Amino acid sequence: MNLIGEKISYKPDEQFHLNDVSFNFKKGNLYTILGRTLSGKTTLLKTIAGLLNPDQGSISFEEKDFIKIPVWERNVAMVYQQFINYPHLNVYENITFPLEQRKLSPEQIKKDVDEALKTVGLVGFENRKIQELSGGQQQRVALARSLAKKAKILLLDEPLVNLDYKLREQLREEFKRIFSEGLSQDTILIYSTTDPQEVMELNGEVIVLDEGRVLQKGPAKEIFENPSNLKVAEISNDPPMNVLKGSKNSKNLNFENISLEIPNHFKNLEDKDYNFGIRASEIKLDENGEEFEIELAEISGSETLLHLKRGNSKLIALIEEVMNFKIHEKVKINFNANKFYAFGEDEKLVSSPYGGTDG
Amino acid sequence: MSKLYTFLKYFFITFWTVFVVAPFLWAVSTSFKDFQSVNSKVTYIPWLDFEPTLEGWRVLIKSPAKGGVDIVEPYFNSIFVTCTASLISIVLGTLAAYALSRFTFKAGFVRNNDITFFFISQRIMPPIVLSIPFFIFLSTIGLLDSLLGLVVVYIVLLMPIAVWIMVDFFNRVPKELDETALIDGCNPYQAFYKVVLPNSIPGLIVAGMFCIIFGWIDFFFAFILTFTEVQLLPVKVVALNSSITPWWSLSASALVSVAPLIIVAFIVERYLSKGNLSGALK
Repeated sequence: MNLIGEKISYKPDEQFHLNDVSFNFKKGNLYTILGRTLSGKTTLLKTIAGLLNPDQGSISFEEKDFIKIPVWERNVAMVYQQFINYPHLNVYENITFPLEQRKLSPEQIKKDVDEALKTVGLVGFENRKIQELSGGQQQRVALARSLAKKAKILLLDEPLVNLDYKLREQLREEFKRIFSEGLSQDTILIYSTTDPQEVMELNGEVIVLDEGRVLQKGPAKEIFENPSNLKVAEISNDPPMNVLKGSKNSKNLNFENISLEIPNHFKNLEDKDYNFGIRASEIKLDENGEEFEIELAEISGSETLLHLKRGNSKLIALIEEVMNFKIHEKVKINFNANKFYAFGEDEKLVSSPYGGTDG
Repeated sequence: MSKLYTFLKYFFITFWTVFVVAPFLWAVSTSFKDFQSVNSKVTYIPWLDFEPTLEGWRVLIKSPAKGGVDIVEPYFNSIFVTCTASLISIVLGTLAAYALSRFTFKAGFVRNNDITFFFISQRIMPPIVLSIPFFIFLSTIGLLDSLLGLVVVYIVLLMPIAVWIMVDFFNRVPKELDETALIDGCNPYQAFYKVVLPNSIPGLIVAGMFCIIFGWIDFFFAFILTFTEVQLLPVKVVALNSSITPWWSLSASALVSVAPLIIVAFIVERYLSKGNLSGALK
């Protein structure tokens, strides 16, 4: 009874948009697809919706071959990152559109629409024109239309990306509530995003996609704690995880003429060259630390992002207060060695502070 | 500075209005004059300068046997040919434009853009180049000097305009709108007429307006492809001009010829200002 995709490939031109993607989505679960722009997220969702037909591979749902069923009979719902609504209809008509298309009874339609409007918080907006609504409200209408359909598969393609920061935070909170209240146990919810924070908050099963390939699958916590390779570590962190080329010997970790004591979780590691990974938040300003040059300092909200450089290594440090720095100024920083990741030269995870892989 | 700007603005608006409206007023005035009031001295205001007469207007509906010119039949011919050709052009052109905007065509080296250009290229040629082929074509299929023949030719002339305007319009309607309609349970035909068409009304109106204007004002093909059986308005109006120019009936016929376009312009203006599409994609 699951939505199963096997070895799906889609290559409309020179490049793969999807490359050997397989999945098994179970009913009643939330799945997030994490990947950067152009990683194939939208293509995957459109393939599931039936708007695109893969060149290879199969999709089945409830034991039926999904590819043979045209889009308009698949009973899926999709919310786009652009706020797509029918401009010639008002809010109420927008939400009833798919229900009327399915020829439900007027009483049933009224009931479903009222319920959906309540869930997304747009009661009282029934007769408004779409053009009169703000971006956030337009996206709510699109979401309400999808919810009212009671589709078995609900696809959300970066639904928050075109909203401003404040609204995104607010709607993200609401999404968690809507997903827990407004959806039945039969629904498969698939949510794509570029934002690792959204993935962590929604806390579902994650698929990390890059250049059309699945890099890693697993629960959000697992992806965050034990990214299987450098790419995943980059994609699943914002700012991306810092990578430092270095080596381990019997006494120290060495990179850029810096020596650190070997943390406990690296004790059993072979002595050789590694790509060390460290999150921006695990780097602190420290008078007794190592000297780096500031290339750029960005203040975002109540945090400061420092882009630092030393030798050939560049890294980003996240300072949890607003501070003013001059470009090319020297600062001293300290690394939290206990939070170091080690990736092999093939970029695969060798050891993580959370006990991932053989270590 | 801003005062000067305001002054110049109103000055040019006034100037332009006078420039555009004056000939019409002049034509209205002339249409009520007789031979005497046109040729003796310059006259402007009826009853004051000259004694108005309806003779210029009467001639237009009098049959030739009674010394009139009878533009009533050509008038309805023109309306029929223009409307039929415009309607068919809009229907076929819109369907073609939608296909060109949404689907990818490949035939040898030919792609969507090439097909669109092919349509437009039909208007690049000077009409004179087409006159002989059209003449031979219509005479071969026996439609020379007939309304149907003119409709066929006008469709050839008008459809490129419809395709051109509608391709551009559909390209600006987000593809996601059609996709959402499909996801919401419409088959491709329903998606087109339930969602895409209602949101394309401004484009359809613009395309329709251009078709009607270009169809209505065409003199060249109407002149070449008709003789005695069928006549269109522009040909008939020009034919009024004889050794003694009948300025009064010429003015009157010019006014009735322009009237439909003015009515169309007023209707269209109201629709265009609505701006229906802004909410589709922000």
